[in-house]
Amino acid sequence: MTRFIERHPAWALITIIAVAVLLWLIFAVWPPGLEQAIGRKRIFLNAVLNGITLGGLYFLVASGFTLIFGLMRNVNLAHGSLYLFGGYVGYAISAATGSWILSFIVAFVAVALVGVLLQIIVFRRMEGQDLRQTMVTIGLSIVFADLMLWAFGGNFYQIETPSWLIGPIALPLVSAVRPSGEMVYLQYPLVRLVIFAASVVIGVAMWLALNRTRVGMIIRAGVDDRDILAATGVQIQLVFVLVFALGAGLAGIAGVVGGTFQSISPGEDTRFLLASLVVVIVGGMGSIPGAALGALIIGLAEQLGSVYIPTYAIVVTFLIMVVVLALRPQGLVARR
Amino acid sequence: MLRGSVGLVALGSILLSGTAFAQEKIKVGVTATLEGTYTVLGEDGMRGHQTALNVLGKKVGDKELEFIVASTDATPDSAVRAVRKLIEQDKVQILLSPLSGDEGIAVKNFAKTRPELTFINAASGAQETTYVDPSPNFYRYNMDGAQWQVGLGKYAYEDKKYRKIATVGEDYSFIYTQVFGLALEFCGLGGQITSRQWVPLGTKDFASVIAALPDDVDAIYLGLGGADAVNFLNQYQQAGGKAHLMGGSIMVDQTILSAKGNAKNALIGTIAASGQADTWEDAGWQKFVKAYQDAFPPNKRFPSPSLLATNYYNSTMALILALRQVNGDLSNNQAKYREALAKIELDAPNGKIKLDSNRQAIGTNFVTEVVDDGKGALFSKVVKVIPNVNQTLGYDPAVFAKIGLPGRTIPECKKY
Repeated sequence: MTRFIERHPAWALITIIAVAVLLWLIFAVWPPGLEQAIGRKRIFLNAVLNGITLGGLYFLVASGFTLIFGLMRNVNLAHGSLYLFGGYVGYAISAATGSWILSFIVAFVAVALVGVLLQIIVFRRMEGQDLRQTMVTIGLSIVFADLMLWAFGGNFYQIETPSWLIGPIALPLVSAVRPSGEMVYLQYPLVRLVIFAASVVIGVAMWLALNRTRVGMIIRAGVDDRDILAATGVQIQLVFVLVFALGAGLAGIAGVVGGTFQSISPGEDTRFLLASLVVVIVGGMGSIPGAALGALIIGLAEQLGSVYIPTYAIVVTFLIMVVVLALRPQGLVARR
Repeated sequence: MLRGSVGLVALGSILLSGTAFAQEKIKVGVTATLEGTYTVLGEDGMRGHQTALNVLGKKVGDKELEFIVASTDATPDSAVRAVRKLIEQDKVQILLSPLSGDEGIAVKNFAKTRPELTFINAASGAQETTYVDPSPNFYRYNMDGAQWQVGLGKYAYEDKKYRKIATVGEDYSFIYTQVFGLALEFCGLGGQITSRQWVPLGTKDFASVIAALPDDVDAIYLGLGGADAVNFLNQYQQAGGKAHLMGGSIMVDQTILSAKGNAKNALIGTIAASGQADTWEDAGWQKFVKAYQDAFPPNKRFPSPSLLATNYYNSTMALILALRQVNGDLSNNQAKYREALAKIELDAPNGKIKLDSNRQAIGTNFVTEVVDDGKGALFSKVVKVIPNVNQTLGYDPAVFAKIGLPGRTIPECKKY
């Protein structure tokens, strides 16, 4: 952090000012002139919170993607299919048992198993051949998409939110002040907050596991130099399988999350593959904090865009990607 | 030797079957939105189509009808692609297409390039399709989105005493047409529409749209359909929304009222208008509902046919009945058939239907209110039945033409 400020004083200043403005926009009571210029504060706060919570979902998908890439240098373009499969499994379990929590566990395990099979049957056979792996995963994603269309049809599925999560809660953020002086607090859907909290917990747990445990150390060593790690006697293939299982399982969980606060249907696989590609390109391929930052930026850009410039909302995301690729092609939080 | 004779026998049987069943076929291409946001609508449309075939059979004189189905996703290019495929690859002579508003405009324009074929609209309801520069070989036996809203504005203003409303709708021609119909009537009586929000078809995340809904209105009008409507209601429930709702014709429809989950309960008490009402007592309607219910097992259909099923049923009826009148004669660029189509009056389950000079339906409209049947199933209950609704909604054609075409901001909220 201090090194960043020393090296780029101008950028650091701009960042600090931007953060300060953002904090003021969130916490201060807006003067009437501002409300007239850009609309009510409630809309802005909602868009920001929606962006952050959507970023949580993107992070869940993209973190598995970036983890697999980081260790195995394998661009798994079937990652979106894993997301969609997780959503369908979660729906089936939730519809059959009525348990939302159970659907997460089963989706994680089921999709992780698919990941294990993919790694053992497909990727191990073509280790180190990037292009071939990429082509094979594109092929697989098309096959998976058609298989799922065949099994589940073209309909939309929504995983039912458990009753204790339905409805809004009041947040300690003032959205407006009534003429009587009474503060109006922001109402926000509880389920989105819970899902966001869960993705933060998963993110922190992943970071801790990577940086504080022995397995994490092995994985990081593998990211830096696979061959030397293998030479030291570590069973590198086992590590690969484990990481692939974890990454796939996370995509499965994300599928359940996406099915709960949005819905799952054919086409969602490519949507989320694209989203996670953009997220990791912006954040930096192979970096977990990068995926978090990228997911946050893309989520916010999508939601603020859809409120303030609805016609061009879709372009904003790609504009960000282009700017990042032009100015910092390795990504914002790239590993050196 | 043995192989040779087997081959000969096989060849012979093929030739024999050829002569024995030499029966002329009339090929009909059908499109429905079997993918994307409107999948459930397309599926139920096809159920309505099948119900009509069950009732009428596939024979026309000594000819057999053959139906070939192609899937679309509610975008205009997907509809044109499907129609082209049906014409160029499958060599169909008649088209039953399409389902959705923008598709309808595109298919109508395409129909002009194939004047030798006949196009029967399946269910699409954008006003422009038959109102602006209509194609002489394109027939529409359902009303458009504005006709389907007749009566709603008056009921909201006079009976429900709503004065200010806001609208949320999908950003395409059919919903523009629906809001057009609503606004003409509601604003004409003195009501106000304070905001009109438009969301892209296939929107997943409505949270920001819901946040931007105004508080100071009496009701919110929802012009959404299929998965968008379900997503919206789900997130509306999560956000704790409690406003009075008004619904468009595909919002308050079995495609939504039968959706899984309990988010749809927000619709109980919602007022709406459409070309049909689920609980109408009319004998013809009840007979159609029974035919629909008998045609499919309960888990493969809705409790009662959706508007799409009814539209596909009616258009299939018109297609076959007119074809029977001319005994399957499609000679001379289908001239006789077209004459029969233009003249036919349908005794449809949702009221009598006849065509105007633009080949656009004049029919019956229904104002409804959503009720719970006590067992958790939701239905639209009849409030008012309005017969003989034409495309200019009872306005003088010259006055109507001045209003402009339905759009994001048209019509203005005033009395015309």
